[in-house]
Amino acid sequence: MYLTSRAAPERSTSGEGHTRGTGKLPATVFALGSVSLLTDVSAEMITAFLPVYLLYTLQLGYVQFGLLDGLYNGATALLRLAGGYVSDKLNRPKLVALIGYGTSAATKLAFPLAGASGAGIGGVLAADRAGKGLRTAPRDALISLSTPPSRLGRAFGVHRSMDTVGALIGPLVTFWIMRDLGTGPTPVFVVSFCFALLGLIVLATFVRERRPSAAPRPAVSLKACARLLKDRGIRRMTYAAGLLGLATISDAFVFVVVQKSTGVGLDVLPLLPLGTALVFLLAAIPLGRLADRWGRWRVFFAGHVALLGVYAVLLAPGGGVPMLALALLLHGLFYAATDGVLMAYAGPLVPEELRASGLAVVQTGQAVARLLSSVVFGLLLASFAMSTAVTIVLCAFVVALGGAALLVRAREATS
Amino acid sequence: MKTWLISHRVLVGVVAMVLVVVAGGGYVISAAGPGPDDAPAAKPIAGDLLYVDLTGGLDQVRTLRLGSPGAKPAATSQRCQRVYAAGGTTVCLRLAGPGPSYEAAVLDPSGAELRTVGLAGIPNRARVSASGKIVSWTSFVTGDSYSVPGGFSTRTGVLDLRTGAVADTLEDFHTTVEGAENRAADRNFWGVTVAADDRTFYATMASANRTWLMRGDLVTRTMTGVRQTAECPSLSPDGTRVAYKKRVRRLGPWELAVLDLRTGKELGLPGTEGIDDQAAWLDDATLAYGKVRQDSPSAIYAVPADGSAPPRVLVENAASPAPVR
Repeated sequence: MYLTSRAAPERSTSGEGHTRGTGKLPATVFALGSVSLLTDVSAEMITAFLPVYLLYTLQLGYVQFGLLDGLYNGATALLRLAGGYVSDKLNRPKLVALIGYGTSAATKLAFPLAGASGAGIGGVLAADRAGKGLRTAPRDALISLSTPPSRLGRAFGVHRSMDTVGALIGPLVTFWIMRDLGTGPTPVFVVSFCFALLGLIVLATFVRERRPSAAPRPAVSLKACARLLKDRGIRRMTYAAGLLGLATISDAFVFVVVQKSTGVGLDVLPLLPLGTALVFLLAAIPLGRLADRWGRWRVFFAGHVALLGVYAVLLAPGGGVPMLALALLLHGLFYAATDGVLMAYAGPLVPEELRASGLAVVQTGQAVARLLSSVVFGLLLASFAMSTAVTIVLCAFVVALGGAALLVRAREATS
Repeated sequence: MKTWLISHRVLVGVVAMVLVVVAGGGYVISAAGPGPDDAPAAKPIAGDLLYVDLTGGLDQVRTLRLGSPGAKPAATSQRCQRVYAAGGTTVCLRLAGPGPSYEAAVLDPSGAELRTVGLAGIPNRARVSASGKIVSWTSFVTGDSYSVPGGFSTRTGVLDLRTGAVADTLEDFHTTVEGAENRAADRNFWGVTVAADDRTFYATMASANRTWLMRGDLVTRTMTGVRQTAECPSLSPDGTRVAYKKRVRRLGPWELAVLDLRTGKELGLPGTEGIDDQAAWLDDATLAYGKVRQDSPSAIYAVPADGSAPPRVLVENAASPAPVR
């Protein structure tokens, strides 16, 4: 509640006035951070519970679930674009974000209704992902439009850091419920719904949208959105981020491989995501500040060099716990230096009236690239030894880094 | 009204949040209800059936006298998502800590903890050899399935109580199928059953969307394929037959089948369609297993191993049957 009270909007009626020159972030950033924190508690509660629920309570076959999940992961990419476009078209990012958060909140109550039907569970998961897809771009647009451009790195750092606090609390709440209330599904879904509802209330009542200015707005059309990619800066950034995404191994694979390569016990596997999240949480704000000062693209690029370090650790056999800690540190830094920082970099490149669409394009490019990369890495793992598979990705990643450096450096030279 | 709401949105927000917190908190307190039974914990004796009671979601392990109609199940002191017992040793797969993470707890006849081993994922199968010396378990790990993002893979561990040695995965065993060594990275193992010599075992291996019944050796750390399309084997007490679940059609439901190891003849048990469990032998002629029915929770069934009669319900709303000998 401390963070929420900081977000109290008494002093933020103008959104920008009080922040000019003082170095403070607008209350909207903290309010949206609180929304994400609460929503992430809700979402991560379910993520932690879902495998137990499907396999243990409902006894759905794992093949069935794997297929469902893979399918929906990709499908939301397109909804991000839709969310971004509609929010620009209506000039109502908050409304679109509300619909997205609301959809996800409602799905928490729909899980028990779906019962043990594979198709039902799939539908609920799809709706949840759809909500997430819809809300991401308008939310990031709200942050980017309410913050002075010079502080965007920090603003996104604060937001992602708060978001990650929620991601850490969620599994703890699930553990506590399972220990004290049992593995029955209703308590987890009800408590998760309550957190989602709290997030929704904060969004509705504490987040202020900038009032539409009286000045005529350039028309928002699909054509205008398509023209975004004609802009050299946006196009090259999107390609560069996508290129790097193509050689980014998904978290689950990183954790499995690092457990094997460092030779630590299998029982640490469930705890590894917490390690990455903790580093992400602690480093997001400092790296956001650094990005504002030193250059956002530089920090984004450096973050990927940290990921290269993770791959190097994956290739070094043995090393035990210290090596594992190093890998998680680098992996967390990778997220802290890239996730919000890319949005902070992209924001000012996109005209205000197309902000949500522009951010959605960049995010979608990255997400689709990462999805492809995890499928390809899965195939590599199935056909080669683990070290060979990682070496191939590492080589591809070095090429991607080189490509990204050329793409964006060339832009800076010409603009 | 609308303008009032807008000008007092902070107040409205705070009130709404307080209401949600109070309602949610009230729900949690009411859901907490009474804890596990207060009655003194029962000790299972030979002839009992141990199982996990799914009522209320607390996963209480209960023990039921078999063969005496009207016997009431009694609660033990354990809460497990999967339980098995043999030769005085009990293995209990249960919640261990935040993450959430899980562990395999190994208990001696008095119920004291001999050992706990952290699991890589969600509890799935658990077995103890007839002597009580070899304990094995399988857990599901999410998110790292080799070809489907977000899918599952399995980790199977074996603990030898005589030496205290734990093999936390079977992936480094030398595996041979159809005469050729298989070293594919997508191999997954599950459902171990150990023979009376505490050395020979059977398990499932999956690779490239196919499954095999494997016969293995815990000392030489090798496994050889016995036949295709068989999962979660369970060796009969006399060691002559293996019961396993078998896909009726590709991607169709499973049914329970019994393979005679001397003749190589396989017999599907009618009425067991839809099973997803590692069956347990109640005696040399009877199998027990948990199965979810359409729109109702799992129940434990018993079925004659020669297929001479359809399955009958042993315990409603229960899973993980383990006969106590």
